[in-house]
Amino acid sequence: MRDIVIVGASIAGFSAAAELRAQGHDGAIHLVGEEPVRTYERPPLSKGVLGGEDPTTTEWAAARDDDLDLDWLVGERAVGLDVGGRTVELATGESLPYDGLVIATGASPRRLPGHRDRAGLHLLRSLDDCLGLRADLDAGPERVVVVGAGFIGGEVAATCRLRGHEVTVVEPLSQPLERVLGPTIGAAVADVHRAAGVDLRLGTGVDAVLGDDHVEGVRTTDGAVIEADLVVVGIGVVPNTAWLDGSGLAVEDGIRCDATTLVAPGITAAGDVASWDSPRYGRLRIEHWDNAVDMGRAAGRRLLASDEGAEVYDPVPWFWSDQHDVRVQVAGRPTLPDQGGDLVVVDGAIGDDRFVALYGRDGQVTGALGWNWPAKTVRYRMALEQGLGWDEAISAASP
Amino acid sequence: MGYKVVVDFDLCESNAICMGVAPEVFEVRDDDFLYVLQEHPSEELRPKVEEAVQRCPKQAISIEDE
Ligand SMILES: Cc1cc2nc3c(=O)[nH]c(=O)nc-3n(C[C@H](O)[C@H](O)[C@H](O)COP(=O)(O)OP(=O)(O)OC[C@H]3O[C@@H](n4cnc5c(N)ncnc54)[C@H](O)[C@@H]3O)c2cc1C
Ligand code: SF4
Repeated sequence: MRDIVIVGASIAGFSAAAELRAQGHDGAIHLVGEEPVRTYERPPLSKGVLGGEDPTTTEWAAARDDDLDLDWLVGERAVGLDVGGRTVELATGESLPYDGLVIATGASPRRLPGHRDRAGLHLLRSLDDCLGLRADLDAGPERVVVVGAGFIGGEVAATCRLRGHEVTVVEPLSQPLERVLGPTIGAAVADVHRAAGVDLRLGTGVDAVLGDDHVEGVRTTDGAVIEADLVVVGIGVVPNTAWLDGSGLAVEDGIRCDATTLVAPGITAAGDVASWDSPRYGRLRIEHWDNAVDMGRAAGRRLLASDEGAEVYDPVPWFWSDQHDVRVQVAGRPTLPDQGGDLVVVDGAIGDDRFVALYGRDGQVTGALGWNWPAKTVRYRMALEQGLGWDEAISAASP
Repeated sequence: MGYKVVVDFDLCESNAICMGVAPEVFEVRDDDFLYVLQEHPSEELRPKVEEAVQRCPKQAISIEDE
C-alpha cells in the first residue's frame, strides 16, 4: 500500500495518520480537510475558549510534528468518491488516487427546521463558529437563548453564566440529557443549571426563531416568546456523508463499517461519521472525542492488516462533559428505565459534590457515571471491559 | 535505550484516560491528582504508554528517549 488518503483532518483522521506512521507505513499520507487549519481540540470550544481562553491552546501539538511527514491538504473539500477507480474527487476538480482510504469526515450541527442564517444565530462545531459566537458574547447581549440542553447546549449555557450573561435554555425533554443519562441524573443536571442561575424551560421546544436580519428571540411550542439578542442552537449533529452519495457505499446514520472498521476493501472509517458493528453493543455510532482517537487508530491499523489478521474494534466507550462546576464522565452504554434499566448510586449520593452511579440491566452493569470522580469512574470503566455483574458490583461497593 | 514518561501537570486535567490505558504507569487517586507510578517503564509497556500519549485529551503526556 503506497498512497493513503484520509478525508477529514480532525482528530479521527489525524489519529489514523499517526497510527499508520507508528505501524511503519512509509508511503504518502494525504490528509484532506475542509477547515483551513490542522487538527485542533473541539471540546474547549464550548468551555474554556468560549469563555475567553487563547484559541491557539486548542492546536493539537502532535499534528504540528513535521517528522510524521503528512501531506496536509487543508482548506480542500472532498465532493465525491469513485470506489472502483480508487480516487477521491475534490471541490477544485482535482482527483486524488489512493491505495487506501480512511473516511473521517465527522459530523455537523443539526439545524432547526426552516433554518435561515441571520445575525445573532449560532451553531457550534468549529473554531470559527466558536470565535464568531464569542465575539457576539463580547458585545454584551441582554439575554442568550440556548436551544437544546444536551452536552453542547448545557456547556454553552454554563460558559455563558460564567461570563455573566443571562441565559435561558429551552429543551423539549422533561430533563436535560434524559435520553442519554436517564431522568434521575437528568434532574441532577437540571439542579446544577438552576443553581447557577440558568433559566431552564423543560418540556418545550422551539417553534420559530424570531427576527429578520438579526435574531430577536424564539417562540416556544407552548406559545411563549423569549426575547434574546443571541440564539445558540445545540440540537445534535448529523454525520457528514453527503460527499459519499453515489459512491455505492452503505450510508445509514453514518458510513457503515464492520466490526473491524472496514467499509469496503481498502476503505476504513472512524469517528463521529462511522457506524460500526460492535460485538459488545450492536450497531453503534459515537459522537465523542475518545472514540474518535481510538477508532482513528484502529482504522489506520486496519488498512495495513490482512482480513485474517484484522482486530475487532470493541471498546467500552467513554466521554466527559463539563457543565458549571461538574465534570460528568460516562463509561459504557447506560441502559435507561424505559429500556428496563436500573440505576444505583454506589459512592456518595446525588446532591453531593461527587458521586458515582451505575446503570444495569439483566444482571450486568451497562454503564458507570462519575460526577466529579474520575478516580472511581476509570476503575469502573476498566471493570466494564472485563464484564461486570450487577450484584457483584453493588456488593463490592457497599461498605 | 530507555525512555522517560513526562506529564505536563499544567495541562493535565486528571480525567484518568491514561490510567484506563496503562494502569501500571498512571494512577489518578481519590485526591483527583495524577500520579506517575513509573517514570521509566519497561520496553514492554512502551506501546501502552504511546497509546496513552495519543489518547490523553489534553496532550499532557510525552515520552523522552534517553
Ligand atoms: C463544542 C464541542 C464540544 C465538545 N466537547 C466534548 C467533550 O467534552 N467530550 C467529548 O468526549 N467530546 C466532545 N465533543 C465531541 C468531539 O469533539 C467529537 O466527537 C470529535 O471532534 C469527533 O472527531 P472526528 O474527527 O470524528 O470528526 P470532526 O471533529 O467533526 O472532524 C471532521 C472533519 O472533517 C471535515 N470534513 C467534513 N466533510 C468533509 C469533506 N467532504 N471534505 C473534507 N473535509 C471534510 C470537517 O471540516 C472536520 O474538520 C465536542 C464537540 C464540540 C463541537
Ligand atoms: S489522560 Fe492526560 S489529562 Fe487525563 S489524567 Fe492522564 S495525563 Fe492527565
